[in-house]
Amino acid sequence: MISVYEVKETNKMIEHENLDVRTITLGISLMDCIDSDLAKLNEKIYHKIVSLAGKLVATGQEIEHEFGIPIVNKRISVTPIALVGGAACRTPDDFVEIAKTLDKAAKEVGVNFIGGYSALVSKAMTAGDERLIRSVPKALACTDRVCSSINVGSTRTGINMDAVRLCGEIVKETAEATKEQDSLGCAKLVVFCNAPDDNPFMAGAFLGVTEGDAVINVGVSGPGVVKNAVRQVRGGNFEVLCETIKKTAFKITRVGQLVAGEASKRMGIPFGIIDLSLAPTPAIGDSVAEILEEIGLERVGAPGTTAALAMLNDQVKKGGVMASSYVGGLSGAFIPVSEDQGMIDAVKLGALNLEKLEAMTCVCSVGLDMIAIPGKTSAATISGIIADEMAIGMVNQKTTAVRLIPVIGKDVGETAEFGGLLGYAPIIPVNEYDCSAFIGRQGRIPAPIHSFKN
Amino acid sequence: MKKCVITVVGKDTVGIIAKVCTYLAETGINILDISQTIIDGYFNMVTIVDVSGASKKFQEYSDELEALGEEIGVIIHCQREEIFEKMHRL
Repeated sequence: MISVYEVKETNKMIEHENLDVRTITLGISLMDCIDSDLAKLNEKIYHKIVSLAGKLVATGQEIEHEFGIPIVNKRISVTPIALVGGAACRTPDDFVEIAKTLDKAAKEVGVNFIGGYSALVSKAMTAGDERLIRSVPKALACTDRVCSSINVGSTRTGINMDAVRLCGEIVKETAEATKEQDSLGCAKLVVFCNAPDDNPFMAGAFLGVTEGDAVINVGVSGPGVVKNAVRQVRGGNFEVLCETIKKTAFKITRVGQLVAGEASKRMGIPFGIIDLSLAPTPAIGDSVAEILEEIGLERVGAPGTTAALAMLNDQVKKGGVMASSYVGGLSGAFIPVSEDQGMIDAVKLGALNLEKLEAMTCVCSVGLDMIAIPGKTSAATISGIIADEMAIGMVNQKTTAVRLIPVIGKDVGETAEFGGLLGYAPIIPVNEYDCSAFIGRQGRIPAPIHSFKN
Repeated sequence: MKKCVITVVGKDTVGIIAKVCTYLAETGINILDISQTIIDGYFNMVTIVDVSGASKKFQEYSDELEALGEEIGVIIHCQREEIFEKMHRL
């Protein structure tokens, strides 16, 4: 029988340490909607999403109520739209019509984001892929809930530098198209290397082509719980510290597994994976930076940050893996700047800069995330930052991503406000030396030698 | 057997257990384990119950328990037991 102490421990995590399930994401394959007639395609997409996801939000709320655990987001990911719309879309504007359909369907079923306005171009772009990428600024400006991602590299294929160059321009154009809202469109656009097919987290969620017709993926969270557990063993050695993080990650992940199983059963849709992530929010105490500070850093960004983060990330995985039958997605500690109060504070104080953030992405999930940079930053420089991050992913055989927000009309010292879970971010300085001759080269960077494993 | 955990927290007063237990009895919910203590003048109770014979649906009795809590001046939560079982048992 469960003891009083165990009941209290669980409820303390929920009530005081922000334990929650961050997202139930329903993956929906749109492969069977493909049609060469755009109007028919839109109709099929809308119908499929609404019929499969109609119960998603209500089911999530039911589970929340019965188990007393908040489920913060209910979301949808779909097959990359470049594949689905390739046959029907003759222009970028045709793709924008699909974005509007996705937005309408998301609003109808009540999910807060729908991901998959995506293209997978790690080796080369088809004409359809390029049209979709060129449509992204307009698509994100005229919809509210659509999220876009572009995979421009992988360990097996190398980095598609033509796509990297284009993405720099697209990020800039998206910023311009949404400049009235501090370039918010860029918060819904992720550029990936080694993008996973089953990621439940936005803005990078899409349902890969290796997936089935529909699947439930769940993203857990709980930086606050880990921080409090680490505080209990202040001064302990690394063995004690690692054991504590592992045990806590196990407990957090078990809740995710329970919720995923229930959602799958109630909706009659197979369970896919649990994404073992420490996903912070702007709420006080729900911060990955604060865990690192509790481990022993005066501020995140201080020497030792990368080592502490590497250890944290590894222990979260070790604890979480045993708690779930299937893990996948991004699985690791997230380090978005605008969504983490500790990161925001460290940037404001000058303790944390872009270069240190880049180093941190070598050892954790996922990449340069939700970082506001000066609006005057050139497209080539943005492409340069993307290329660097993609190289880290390619060489280290891990997922990396870039979600930069060049805030039009604002510069270092000012703050960009995104609101809600997206938070706010002080604008961080960018190295202003030019890389346009490098980015201007055509073609792709070959796959690294250690990718040839056959 | 379908189990739930009911937690009651709030300022101590006469008859909290009586009122909660009366409601449970009337609803056909059987108490399996009950533990109660006072910490700094605050009443803390955790009850594990079997709801398989309940005459109402989860949504109804959990809402009614919450309302009963408001009446008495305490906070009552009802949760399915699996969340604790999953987290604390291998």
